[in-house]
Amino acid sequence: MNLFCVGLSHHTANVETRERFVGHAAIDRILREKAGCTEALLLTTCNRVEVYAASAEPVATAQVARCLLAEGMVAAGDEMEAFYRHESLQCVQHLFRVASGLDSMVVGETEILGQAKKAYAAARESGAAGPFLHRLFQRAFRVAKQVRSRTGITRGAVSVGSVAVDLAEQIFGHFESRKVLLLGAGEASERTARALRKRGVRDIRVTNRSVERAEALAALVEGRAVPMEDWETHCREVDIVISSTAAPTPIVTRENLTPLLRDRLDRPLFIIDIAVPRDVAPDVNEMEGVFLYDIDSLQSIAQQSLALRRQQIAAGEEIIAEHVDDFSGWFVSARDRVNLAPDLPEGRLRTSGS
Amino acid sequence: MDRWLLIISTLCFFLAMVRTVIAIKARNYRPAGFNFSAIALGFVFQTAFLSVRGHALGRCPLTNLFEVFIFLAWSVSLIYLLIGPAYRLSLMGAFTAPLVFALQTFALLAPIDLPHPRVSSPSPWLEMHASVSLIAYGAFALACVAGLMYLVQERQLKSRQINSMFYHFPPLTDLFAAITRLLWLGFILLTAGIAAGFFTGQPLPYVKIAWSLGVWIFYAAILLARHLGTTAPRRIAALCVVAFSAALTLLWGITFLSQAHSL
Repeated sequence: MNLFCVGLSHHTANVETRERFVGHAAIDRILREKAGCTEALLLTTCNRVEVYAASAEPVATAQVARCLLAEGMVAAGDEMEAFYRHESLQCVQHLFRVASGLDSMVVGETEILGQAKKAYAAARESGAAGPFLHRLFQRAFRVAKQVRSRTGITRGAVSVGSVAVDLAEQIFGHFESRKVLLLGAGEASERTARALRKRGVRDIRVTNRSVERAEALAALVEGRAVPMEDWETHCREVDIVISSTAAPTPIVTRENLTPLLRDRLDRPLFIIDIAVPRDVAPDVNEMEGVFLYDIDSLQSIAQQSLALRRQQIAAGEEIIAEHVDDFSGWFVSARDRVNLAPDLPEGRLRTSGS
Repeated sequence: MDRWLLIISTLCFFLAMVRTVIAIKARNYRPAGFNFSAIALGFVFQTAFLSVRGHALGRCPLTNLFEVFIFLAWSVSLIYLLIGPAYRLSLMGAFTAPLVFALQTFALLAPIDLPHPRVSSPSPWLEMHASVSLIAYGAFALACVAGLMYLVQERQLKSRQINSMFYHFPPLTDLFAAITRLLWLGFILLTAGIAAGFFTGQPLPYVKIAWSLGVWIFYAAILLARHLGTTAPRRIAALCVVAFSAALTLLWGITFLSQAHSL
């Protein structure tokens, strides 16, 4: 019995190559019917295409790759070099790393676990996942959960928008009663405003030199457009300002902000300046109760979080090594039993061992 | 025997403190149940110590500076256990444990556990005055801890140097709300404690009255500044730290100098 994984990922292949080998819904059936796999599961995400399979006889990487290609396509020679292959316990370790987010482009991202669960559910439904893949994926989900809860691998935001939202949360806690003002109608502002809306902000005001653009963005983020000349009045009332205008010089300065903040000393003001050149004068951050973050500081925090996550990889690997060791007991015994008695009922394998 | 209860309690707070330091060094701080459990266990042993000591004395165990410090540490733990989980201030344990550890270690090491000469049962008003005032100090200690946390969090936000503990801190606005509530709790208890002191039927110690009123006025001024909205939250947080540090130093000084403070 062979348990293996064949695939390509952002580590080995560019997006064009990954797109060509994206596979299709019937791949598990094809792998079983044409390649001789007894069990097969396709895991596809935007960063990886992987086949996890069990087979009585060895199945060549090229054979799996051919199954992944759309009908009528032929793999180029250099494309085959992008494929990697993991056998037996290396395959087990690889899946545990993938499910835990250790192999992801953004280390510690959790989306991969959901994608792995979906892939497993699809394989279960089609009958392509048998006792080996069942046990392997169930364990992988457990491992991923442990890695997440026992290490800081998922901690900290790693994109500019999510850093801004997390910082806002650390200042205000809850967003229901918070008010947001968007100065300018940039794309990054829109993404951040949408994220804040999702977290519960109900009052979003949009102002822009072009009224049409302000209204369009207000509709997108379920806010309301307000005249640009009134931005100072609104600034007095809001808790968060997201600025992304195309102004060549700062429009928010210490001078024009001081009178606006006089009556709200006990209410912090969080300013997210994602404009280049900056919309907010840097010395505004020195004002009492004002927290100013520009694009560089947000990116720097995202990088710090990523670095912190990378520091947790070793701790995650330790947990994975323990589980691989534990899993190997069941795997070796189950493999030997199948090798001795290929017609062993599936239930006997599922209920025995670890 | 009662000192052993206190030593075990101090060890519990020490463990909570060490666990936090290790977690911070590993840059993997998670407000796990360990801190809360260690503090809760420390509190149980504190309570046991005060109970044993109280039975032995036949009165509220506030007869010397040693017992005053332990009662204060017990008040801090009590208020932390009551309000910590309620206000999502679990990380407060990371700050509370060192404070209680320091109070108890000082009490255990300093030669201040001297037997008090008076043996007669004190007036219930005097017991109430002393115990309620010290519980008020427990609330002020926690306000000081919350103030420290506010200052740390605010500093990180201002400097944009975000460390791994940042996301485990309560939000700034929640911390400020907690500071306000703790100040009010402490202020009300202190008012009640001071008022009880006037019904003891004993001659009034003027140094103590002046000190108590000074502390009361200081906290009243902080609360006034907070509610007038004329002082920035950062300054209120800093004032909580200054006020408690000053009050604790004065409490020690006056109790040390005046045997009349003990029951």
